[in-house]
Amino acid sequence: MTAATIIQSLASGLLMGLLYGLLAVGLALIFGLMDVTNFAHGEFLMLAMYLTFFLFMFWAVDPLLSIPLVAAGMFVFGAVIYLVIIRFAMRAKANIGMVQIFATFGLAILMRGLAQFFFTPDYRSIPASMLGGKTISIFGVFLPVPQLVGALISIAAFGALYFFMKKTDFGRALEATREDAGAVALVGIDKNKVFALGWGLGSALIGLAGGVMAIFFYIYPDVGASFALIAYVTVALGGFGSVFGAFAGGIIVGLVEATTAMILPPSLKSVGIYAVYLLVVFVRPRGLFGSI
Amino acid sequence: MLSVREATTAYQGLVAISDVTIDVAKGEIVAVCGSNGAGKSTLIKTIAGAERPRSGTVTFDGEQINGVPQHLITARGIAYVPENRRLFPRLSVEDNLRLGSYMYRGKPDRDEPLKLVFDLFPRLSERLEQRAETLSGGEQQMLAISRALMTRPRLLMLDEPSQGIMPKLVDEIFQAVIKIRDAGMTVLIVEQRMAEVLEIADRAYILQTGRVQMQGKASEIATNPDVRKAYLGL
Repeated sequence: MTAATIIQSLASGLLMGLLYGLLAVGLALIFGLMDVTNFAHGEFLMLAMYLTFFLFMFWAVDPLLSIPLVAAGMFVFGAVIYLVIIRFAMRAKANIGMVQIFATFGLAILMRGLAQFFFTPDYRSIPASMLGGKTISIFGVFLPVPQLVGALISIAAFGALYFFMKKTDFGRALEATREDAGAVALVGIDKNKVFALGWGLGSALIGLAGGVMAIFFYIYPDVGASFALIAYVTVALGGFGSVFGAFAGGIIVGLVEATTAMILPPSLKSVGIYAVYLLVVFVRPRGLFGSI
Repeated sequence: MLSVREATTAYQGLVAISDVTIDVAKGEIVAVCGSNGAGKSTLIKTIAGAERPRSGTVTFDGEQINGVPQHLITARGIAYVPENRRLFPRLSVEDNLRLGSYMYRGKPDRDEPLKLVFDLFPRLSERLEQRAETLSGGEQQMLAISRALMTRPRLLMLDEPSQGIMPKLVDEIFQAVIKIRDAGMTVLIVEQRMAEVLEIADRAYILQTGRVQMQGKASEIATNPDVRKAYLGL
């Protein structure tokens, strides 16, 4: 193994890691906001990938251009899911944690079933796009262009999210609701609006990831499952509920995955991620950047 | 301005106040006193919309408000500072204040109540960057009142503002209540420290086991022999 191949692997790992961060941040955002784990997170990704695919198939919209549309569509979808399902699941008088788990888990199964019925279980892909299949060489390191663009979108999205959370009134309302959802009514804020906004925002971020991933992954009803697992590990690694922990967690997962792939056979490439995850759980259960 | 009529509110199945009727007129400081568990906090929560009365009505400026969601009651001009303050602990003092004026976002005069806030509690202006959780108990109470003032209430409701605060600051907070009234607001204050609160209040109600036991001018209640014996230990 030469130094060049190691650098090559780590660079690819970094790009995927940034994408994993983007994939996971919606989960962290929603969990931090209201202590609800969205078990349909992977299915949200699946939906975003299909949206990208259909925009390409029916209207010939290139995935790169459809990313904002998919993000906007997912925003609306996430907010509606909160308003019609989660809001009622949170009113449970007993066993509220279980009710929430089954509500989002049931949603996941429903979405997969509907996808299999309406979209068929066929593997789809976007055959040709502005970015698909292209590579670029930077200082002798070959990088796939879709992953590179995905990584840049991820950095931009985290930057925008940081600005939104710290500098805007809506962001401050979101932070306040994270702190104490029962207290925001004291300043005239409707927590249900903030929750709906949080679900919309979290889903829009998955939309960004799904739009990029549709360029270079197969699209099928179960596609969310494996990526959702990565998202859960990323969030647990970074610290549950910590938005910027998800960013760091994603990068770590990407790099560990790339390193494992260099050392172990490809079929074991996920082993490294779960080993690091277990280590973090044992040593620092709240995650690297989690509070409390 | 505020009128509660025969309100009965149950809390986890237990009746906490029953048939409580109180009135607050514009510009008054009205105290609600009584021992622990008398229903004082439930009464204030019922007005704020945090609890819904099982029967009876709450009317504010002629409009019935029981059943209105809590955040809309805040928007109508009733600010409520709960017993445990409910600040946003990991946000800065400044962010807590800016959240207070959230309803006025985008308006040029958004920060107008800040003048009054810094006049009442100058020490807050020195701690704007600090996280709310790093303030002392008294400062946290000042911030909670200030955040409430940022919502520009016509009626300010305080639940046990003296709780967990060193005596010197209690006096400072009671003096601030007088200034808040002088600035044109009406104040309803729930307090266990009866002797001190009766000095600043115009009128007072005494609750006992969820019912109004006595009402009248604060000065008369303070000199009532039964009250002095039962509550003031004199």
